[in-house]
Amino acid sequence: MNVHDTLFWFFSIAMLLSGVLVIANRNPVNSAMCLVLLFVFMAGLFLLLDAIFLAVIQILVYAGAVMVLFLFVLMLLDIKASERRRILWLGLIGGLAVAGAFVWELAMILGKPLKPLASADKPFHAGLTDVVKPLFTKYMLPFEVTALLLLVAMVGVVLLSKKELR
Amino acid sequence: MIPTELLIHIIKIAAVIGVMLTIVAYTVMLERWLCAWMQDRVGPNRVGPFGLLQPLADGVKFIFKEDVLPHHIQHKIYFTLAPAITMVPALITIAVVPWGSYLPIFGHNIKGVLADLDVGVLYIFAIASLGVYGIVLAGWASNSKYPFLGGIRSSAQMISYEVCLGLSVVPVFMQVGALNLSRVVEYQAAHTWLVLCQPLSFFIFMVSAFAETNRTPFDLPEAEQELVGGYHTEYSSMKFAMFFLGEYANMFVASAMMVTLFCGGWSLPFAPFNAPATTLVAGLLHIAVFLAKVIFFLFVFVWVRWTVPRFRYDQLMALGWKIFVPLTIVNIFITGVVLMLMGAK
Amino acid sequence: MQVQRPKLTFLERTYIPQILKGMWLTIKHVPQKKFTRQYPEEKPVLFGDYRGAPTLVKDPENRVKCVSCQLCEFVCPPKAIRITPGFRAEGAPDENVEKEPQEFEIDMLRCIYCGFCEEVCPEEAIYLQRDFAIAGYSRDELKFKKQKLLELGGVRPDSIWKWKYKGAPPPGTPIGPVRDGKGAPVAEA
Repeated sequence: MNVHDTLFWFFSIAMLLSGVLVIANRNPVNSAMCLVLLFVFMAGLFLLLDAIFLAVIQILVYAGAVMVLFLFVLMLLDIKASERRRILWLGLIGGLAVAGAFVWELAMILGKPLKPLASADKPFHAGLTDVVKPLFTKYMLPFEVTALLLLVAMVGVVLLSKKELR
Repeated sequence: MIPTELLIHIIKIAAVIGVMLTIVAYTVMLERWLCAWMQDRVGPNRVGPFGLLQPLADGVKFIFKEDVLPHHIQHKIYFTLAPAITMVPALITIAVVPWGSYLPIFGHNIKGVLADLDVGVLYIFAIASLGVYGIVLAGWASNSKYPFLGGIRSSAQMISYEVCLGLSVVPVFMQVGALNLSRVVEYQAAHTWLVLCQPLSFFIFMVSAFAETNRTPFDLPEAEQELVGGYHTEYSSMKFAMFFLGEYANMFVASAMMVTLFCGGWSLPFAPFNAPATTLVAGLLHIAVFLAKVIFFLFVFVWVRWTVPRFRYDQLMALGWKIFVPLTIVNIFITGVVLMLMGAK
Repeated sequence: MQVQRPKLTFLERTYIPQILKGMWLTIKHVPQKKFTRQYPEEKPVLFGDYRGAPTLVKDPENRVKCVSCQLCEFVCPPKAIRITPGFRAEGAPDENVEKEPQEFEIDMLRCIYCGFCEEVCPEEAIYLQRDFAIAGYSRDELKFKKQKLLELGGVRPDSIWKWKYKGAPPPGTPIGPVRDGKGAPVAEA
């Protein structure tokens, strides 16, 4: 096992472990911190794939911005550790069904022979331009639509959070 | 036998961290000296010649102080982890900042940067944004009101000014055409310092950097008059020292960023300094130039601190969101138009 | 009352000129003369009537002046003085004096250096000296006893000699200490 593989297993196991801890923790702040850890390990996995840009954005956006806001709100609301609740059978069955469907889907995809991303003559490299250029050329329309969607959502949030509309 | 490549990296990392921590320690010294001189006082002058060993004495004192863990702390892990989380990002962001051009030594042409990443500046922002956790967790885990208020203020302030900081440097990279910090410096060595092309960008970056490092006039998170010590009120001994060093290490990184992005990094606009080094002496001189510039900006940080009074919180937020963010967007737009008219790629 | 706020120009509202001006002001102070006194090497200049540590003094013939009347103990605002009065031994020389303190204690941590003791003393036996740096390793160490107080006080040359004039002084004796032109007490010939 070389360094690369060791790191892969380390990141994967650590990521799955922190993922489990996110839902197993009763204290919301612990959950949030585990989620941050998960993002960091995921960034590590991206790094192993030579996708530096994705890794950095993963940390910048999710760990650095989104989760800080989460934590911020958790602190402000002062949420105490949640009580042990009765298991909702409907929710459990629904959740398991979705999870099962997802696993089945993955199995179907992984079962087929994969087209290798990297080959000797064309090594896989997800650098900055490789990611960004298609966004502004080939996928310009979806990109802009997403941006518009986010803008609408933002305006909506501002509007909803105002108590009195003038 | 360790491979030479790895050995070089280890030596580089040790040298960078060593030099950085030394400068950080002496920035504390500089802070106390300048503050004293500006107030017509003498400043620390007892330990060693001219008080030059003061940082050493401070360090020894911090180590031997009692590490108090207040009894009302519920989450000891976060309380203990928080100082480290503040300090470490500052130390690892320096990895992508080019300290010099090249160091030709023993047949190896060593690069003056630890990690020559293509996403350089994004890496810095990403890691630096993790530093907020230290302050948020310190404020929350201290479980008392002043640290909590300090933590809240600080996180809100840092999230807001990260936006300004990120947007303000966009024109620089539009002009250079790369996010790689070494390329930015080489561009400046070949052309001109970007502070001359992008003064507004520089100004906003500098002010935001003051806000990001929680320095006066934006040191609201630790406004002594209102919040005792802010988020580090409950800390003592080396834990407090970590926060303290973290602040100064962040200042170092911010200064290094200003130097790299706007003031030409290791370059000067004349002979041996306007092209990557080919000899060892030139390489070392480049590093010296870089450090001299960084120290100048550290000086400015301290200078401003002992001159300008603190902003009010609403003023701080208004400045960030209502003035700087629109200004940066206008700046990006204008830069784009100019670049288009000039027919850049 | 309405205060008319001055209308700020655009430049003033950016704060930048003011900040630069402030920075110029602070940097101007860097090379200026420093006002700090380097204390242990450079002692402060004390003014004329400086009130330092209270001490007991002896008269020119090296005898304790205090008669343990306890007025100073009574007047002391922070109650720093504690006197254990005592009689002089039978047959001792200078029998015209009946009392002297067995023990005299001033707690320097309590003393506020007001000088009331000096002012109230009928025998001019207690004087505030010019010592201001009083330090010790324990509280007990800073309760100065009679021996220490007498050592600190030393001999004071002046005219109140309880040993000499018991009862009424001979005619012509000046009342109170003889002082020179500057107000300092002088020894009688």
